[in-house]
Amino acid sequence: MFTVLGLGALVLFGLLAPGGERSTFGISTAGDIVEIDPLGVPSRQAAILLALLCLAVAGYAFLLTARAEPVPLWLSVLFGTAFVLSFLTWAVAGETISLTGALQGSLALSVPLIFGALCGMLGERTGVINIAIEGQLLAGAFLSGVVASLLGNLWVGLIAAPLAGLLVAYLLAVFSIRYLVNQIIVGVVLNVLVLGLTNFLYGRLLSPQAGTWNSPGRFPRWKIPVLGDIPVIGPVLFDQTVIVYCMYLAVIVVHVALFHTRWGLRVRAVGEHPEAADTAGIAVNAVRFRNVLIGGAVAGFGGAYFTLGAIGVFSREMTAGAGFIALAAMILGRWKPMGAVFAALLFGFANNLQSVLGIIGSPIPSEFMLMAPYVLTIFAVAGLVGRIRPPAANGQPYIKS
Amino acid sequence: MKLELRGITKRFGSLVANDDISLTVEPGEVHCLLGENGAGKSTLMNVLYGLSAADAGEIVVDDEPVAFSGPADAMAAGIGMVHQHFMLVPVFTVAENVMLGAEPTRGAGLLDVEATRARIREISEQYGFDVDPDAVVEHLPVGVQQRVEIIKALVRDARVLILDEPTAVLTPQETDELMGIMRQLTADGTSIVFITHKLREVRAIADRITVMRLGRVVGQAHPESTESELASLMVGRPVSLVVDAGTSDPAEVVLAVRGLTVVDDRDQLVVDDVSFDVRAGEILVVAGVQGNGQTELTEALLGLGGRVRGSVRLAGTELLGRSVREVLRAGVGFVPEDRRTDGLVGQFTVAENLVLDLYDRSPFARGPMLRHARIRSNAAERVGEFDIRAGSIDTLASTLSGGNQQKVVLARELSRPLKLLVATQPTRGLDVGSIEFVHRRIIAERDNRTPVLIVSTELDEASALADRILVMYRGSVVGIVPGDTERDVLGLMTAGYAPEQAFERAAAHPTRTGHPEYGGDGDEGEP
Repeated sequence: MFTVLGLGALVLFGLLAPGGERSTFGISTAGDIVEIDPLGVPSRQAAILLALLCLAVAGYAFLLTARAEPVPLWLSVLFGTAFVLSFLTWAVAGETISLTGALQGSLALSVPLIFGALCGMLGERTGVINIAIEGQLLAGAFLSGVVASLLGNLWVGLIAAPLAGLLVAYLLAVFSIRYLVNQIIVGVVLNVLVLGLTNFLYGRLLSPQAGTWNSPGRFPRWKIPVLGDIPVIGPVLFDQTVIVYCMYLAVIVVHVALFHTRWGLRVRAVGEHPEAADTAGIAVNAVRFRNVLIGGAVAGFGGAYFTLGAIGVFSREMTAGAGFIALAAMILGRWKPMGAVFAALLFGFANNLQSVLGIIGSPIPSEFMLMAPYVLTIFAVAGLVGRIRPPAANGQPYIKS
Repeated sequence: MKLELRGITKRFGSLVANDDISLTVEPGEVHCLLGENGAGKSTLMNVLYGLSAADAGEIVVDDEPVAFSGPADAMAAGIGMVHQHFMLVPVFTVAENVMLGAEPTRGAGLLDVEATRARIREISEQYGFDVDPDAVVEHLPVGVQQRVEIIKALVRDARVLILDEPTAVLTPQETDELMGIMRQLTADGTSIVFITHKLREVRAIADRITVMRLGRVVGQAHPESTESELASLMVGRPVSLVVDAGTSDPAEVVLAVRGLTVVDDRDQLVVDDVSFDVRAGEILVVAGVQGNGQTELTEALLGLGGRVRGSVRLAGTELLGRSVREVLRAGVGFVPEDRRTDGLVGQFTVAENLVLDLYDRSPFARGPMLRHARIRSNAAERVGEFDIRAGSIDTLASTLSGGNQQKVVLARELSRPLKLLVATQPTRGLDVGSIEFVHRRIIAERDNRTPVLIVSTELDEASALADRILVMYRGSVVGIVPGDTERDVLGLMTAGYAPEQAFERAAAHPTRTGHPEYGGDGDEGEP
């Protein structure tokens, strides 16, 4: 898989690229303390070089697979980065793009994906598949926007968001855990329900009386001193809204909790072997119920990013499938918080690329660029990263005999 | 710790799984709970372990009545259980599994893995377990996994340890080691409830025996009782434990398997270059511990297996590469390992199940139409011939007992002219009476000049039926030995020893259960 893509990159981006042109990446934005000159590289040579790097990674991955060893995450990340950069040098040949801007855009699109992936992970690590992430994000976006508008307070809106996600998650938990309805079906139904409800209310209230109902505004960006002044990384990571900082915190908390606490051990046991957990004195369905609720709250909080963090108003179907891409990010990240972050960044980057390249007028039709993130998702989920092993009891209700 | 059960009754709908059961486990004794599958042993232990609530009766620990609302309560009262199907999370390490549910923490809920590691090393040393706390459970052999289960109970200070069919997955040598561990534990004052249906083991290790049948305690027995006394108590009538196989008269080679290699869908080599012959009028038993490639071997013969290489010739015709239907049409009868999922369609009637692989041919079909009258008359005939106890031929197969389900499968497979009979675990989970019946039919088929290939994990069954025994270990053939080979030798072969080595070692280290003179009169299990 790696090899095919690497070869493709070599031929397409390297050999077919017009020689002699330069791709220019603006690295620092004006006004930074340290100004760095834009980096210009000869497109063709750089693309070939990066494609060769892809091939080398592919070769190493093949070797590992042949020795029946797992392919480590960093290798996939390296491959993805090299592949994308190779593509980028080809696509922007003769033009200039701002690297910082591109990364900022990527992160912006990744934030809800990361929250969504954490939500999915909290559920699936206990064995409950949560297809309703999309609905939870949307509910969070909607309620946070409405509450913030009505009360004129962004912070209250931010508190309302997780409650909306929680409500959707509660329905999922009740039906799938207590009444054993198929988890996927409940999830899909909830998505449709939230979509219909928000569309209805949008049409009746938010759109006609936007001043009262739909003008929450946005959180300001807070620049963290010192860290925020680092070139590239600073403006991308440390000049963000409170929601993004909460995301960093959530990723760390979930990671530590899952792998280093009593709570996490029990959660993972419930998802892998519920009978074993039960005989060890753990209340399987209670753990599942609780985790689905926590997950819902996390996703709802992430939904607030759409309204209070990015756009400033609620609009119809504004999550646009982010919940499903979040599921893919979770799978690609192998049900691990850090992995999900990288996967979500990759998806965010691909998505952002489409708009960036659209602006500079790249050689690729924009329709194709619109497809790119989803094609990437399919490749990712279909096994680009080797054999993926979900929690063993994923999707199976636990019925005590 | 003294444990008493008084008048435990447990019902599932109209079925009484435990009917007024009372028994006492004294401190430091091995109390055997003997009974056939479905006698209610596991149900009773699930009640004792707090996994299900009794409808009546009480549990008394050291003369104090206790009530368990879950396993946590039972563990707190000092009861530990090693389940028949291990309750270990495969992707967790030994330490993670051991601490699950009773995790030592360093404040704020952070796990204290080091404390658990130390405890595991301590217990490992005390009982000579040799268990690495950081090994991932799914990579460990079953014998070691069982020790992890025992450690799990000991870490929680279990004073009564319930072992539910602990020997089902072990080789005779591993069983012997387990019995050594049980002796050590009882010497330290731990009581053991040992659940089994294997008479040989009961006599080797038990201090006291309680026999259960159909949800009731039918009596106490002494370890000195003979196997047939125990068996008749367990079954409720005199039974013959070993069917007289008579003499066989093997003739020409009918089935020739050469270099059969199977790779499964996880890219694991599960059958590795296996070659053997089966002659007309001969029973070849493939023995080995569960999961050493036997299932995959038979599936490959039938055309069910994944990626297969080699050659399988039945009377000169190559079978590999043909579809399952073609293989069956070539005259292969197949009794699958799991009769409920692979042998029968539970929601079909007995009559329908009896023609599952014949339905589309004369006399049961005319063109695309089924001929129900023929199917019914066939069913009536088979039900009589095989003594299938079903309400009627229209009874759903899923409602039959295990023994009768197996009879339906056998009746179907034996009702057409066979060139080869392949039976996987033909008596697993059957009562003694049904085992006897199945064995008789298999021997009759052999005497009918059909070559027979049996896969069995029970060495007793292998010895009872086989003209020759092929032992498999990790996908390869360890050796092919005569049917009357000593049990200890077979046991060592199932652990991977070549036949010559196995003979030497068996002579040097006889096991408790391998030799008839051991455990024959009284308590000679003491090491």
